[in-house]
Amino acid sequence: MDVIQLIVSGLANGCVYGLIALGFVLIYKATEAVNFAQGDFMMLGAFVCLGFTNADYLGLSFWLAVPLSIIIMGAFGYLFNWGVLRHMFGQSQVSIVILTIAVGFILRFAAGTIWSHEPVSLETPFAGEYLNFGGLVMGIDEIAIIIVTVVLTIGLYFFFSGTKLGVAMQAASQNQLAAYYMGIPVKRVQSLVWGLSGAIAAVAGILFASKGAIEPASGLLGIKAFAAAAIGGFGSLPGALVGGLIVGLIEPLAARFAPDSLSGIARIAPYAILLAVLVVRPGGLFSQTQKKKV
Amino acid sequence: MSVAAETPVSDKAVLRVDNLESYYGPIQAIRGVSLEVREGQIVTVLGANGAGKTTLLKTISGVMNPEKGTVVLEGDEIQGHEADTIVNRRMVHVPEGREIFPLLTVAENIAMGAYTRRDRNFIQEDIELVYSYFPILKQRATQAAGTLSGGQQQMLAIGRGLMARPRIMLLDEPSLGLSPLLTEEIFAIIKRLNEEQNVTMMLVEQNAAVALEVANYGYVMELGRIVMADTAETLANSKDVQEFYLGISDEESQRGQRRWKQRKTWR
Repeated sequence: MDVIQLIVSGLANGCVYGLIALGFVLIYKATEAVNFAQGDFMMLGAFVCLGFTNADYLGLSFWLAVPLSIIIMGAFGYLFNWGVLRHMFGQSQVSIVILTIAVGFILRFAAGTIWSHEPVSLETPFAGEYLNFGGLVMGIDEIAIIIVTVVLTIGLYFFFSGTKLGVAMQAASQNQLAAYYMGIPVKRVQSLVWGLSGAIAAVAGILFASKGAIEPASGLLGIKAFAAAAIGGFGSLPGALVGGLIVGLIEPLAARFAPDSLSGIARIAPYAILLAVLVVRPGGLFSQTQKKKV
Repeated sequence: MSVAAETPVSDKAVLRVDNLESYYGPIQAIRGVSLEVREGQIVTVLGANGAGKTTLLKTISGVMNPEKGTVVLEGDEIQGHEADTIVNRRMVHVPEGREIFPLLTVAENIAMGAYTRRDRNFIQEDIELVYSYFPILKQRATQAAGTLSGGQQQMLAIGRGLMARPRIMLLDEPSLGLSPLLTEEIFAIIKRLNEEQNVTMMLVEQNAAVALEVANYGYVMELGRIVMADTAETLANSKDVQEFYLGISDEESQRGQRRWKQRKTWR
């Protein structure tokens, strides 16, 4: 029974990793840049929501704070691309990587200054409540995480395959120049992708903070999510989610079953998996290879 | 510049380029090109590698900004405009090398060609039109475009361009990397599109023989300049074009020297 319990909470964790990884992959696919501040976007989203809803701050209704913070983080992502990254166009990947790492530092410091350097928990209406399925105890927060992730995934699937903008986002990520020739406004589409991944980061942050506590350093969770994205094959949206779930599941299971002499193994397990996957399948589990025909 | 002897449709210039200059950084790729594309015509621009043909098309379609000169599309200056506003004016650029979206399906690729359009009812009609010209694309509609053969990808690129309902189409090397048979097939379709759908074509080619066969008028580019301009028929019969681009020569031994002399007079 306790194994099932571990799996359930691992799944919930994995969903959060998966959502952050989704943000990585979206931006990577659309702009070929890696946003190393994605974890900090998540952290910022959580703090924005917390700032709206916690009694110590504005004390708005939780159900108002959630959409507000998603919109704010979406706008933040859009404006970040529009105001900063677009002016880096043509610069090398390295400078973009360094820029996003630096932005991560800034966001962590700013969040600490504005809100708190200490862990704070998000006050949700369902905090501490749980359901008991014949001995299997599931927190409402964990159930909410799993449901929200599933719904969001389905929504994104239909957005990317069924709407004109979604297909255009894919098109722009697969062949920027051709998209430009077709009259797709590539720059705006890229900003919208950044906005979308900002909004997803906010969702991930809210879910994460509702389950435990959030502190500025939680932004470093992005590194684990980066491993998850790489396990999934960095260019694939389902891969990102599966990678997140793998990382989420391996942590508690490794902690539970590892012998005492290897007590730290839970912390390195995600990276060990990453290494193993990269050795066996260098492109990741769900790699999409595209070769140009000549 | 002599006027085409048998201009088929009208004298109205759809596209006029005046004294265009484009740079790649410090390197001047287009050195003052002027040309004209009349309504209903197929105009070809011939030239060797590095002559500036592709750069010329990119500058016309707004992917690159010119340093000097004007591009006039149906009376309006469009140089330096963003590519999407130019597509809206129904000029579409089918780029070199079959730039398709490899992971999207064939149908999604075609739909993306209509991205700037808002008239949903007619889009469906045009999809059928594209399929009628390229039946193979209908058979492969749900397949990822990256799995198509080279010739099919070229058809897809042209079909996708058609979805913008272009009045004028800029085609960059449609024969690139295709077998002679497939090249013939593609050019036959280009000719049909020109005649049946009244799409004016500006066709950049290295394969001068096929291009001059379908074209009404032709320009020859060398080192960023237009060095010859005449009807396709006259060009095809011209000694220089025959020698340099069609590979027909009766004075094999003097070829090298002759070429040098001729090029000198062109500048």
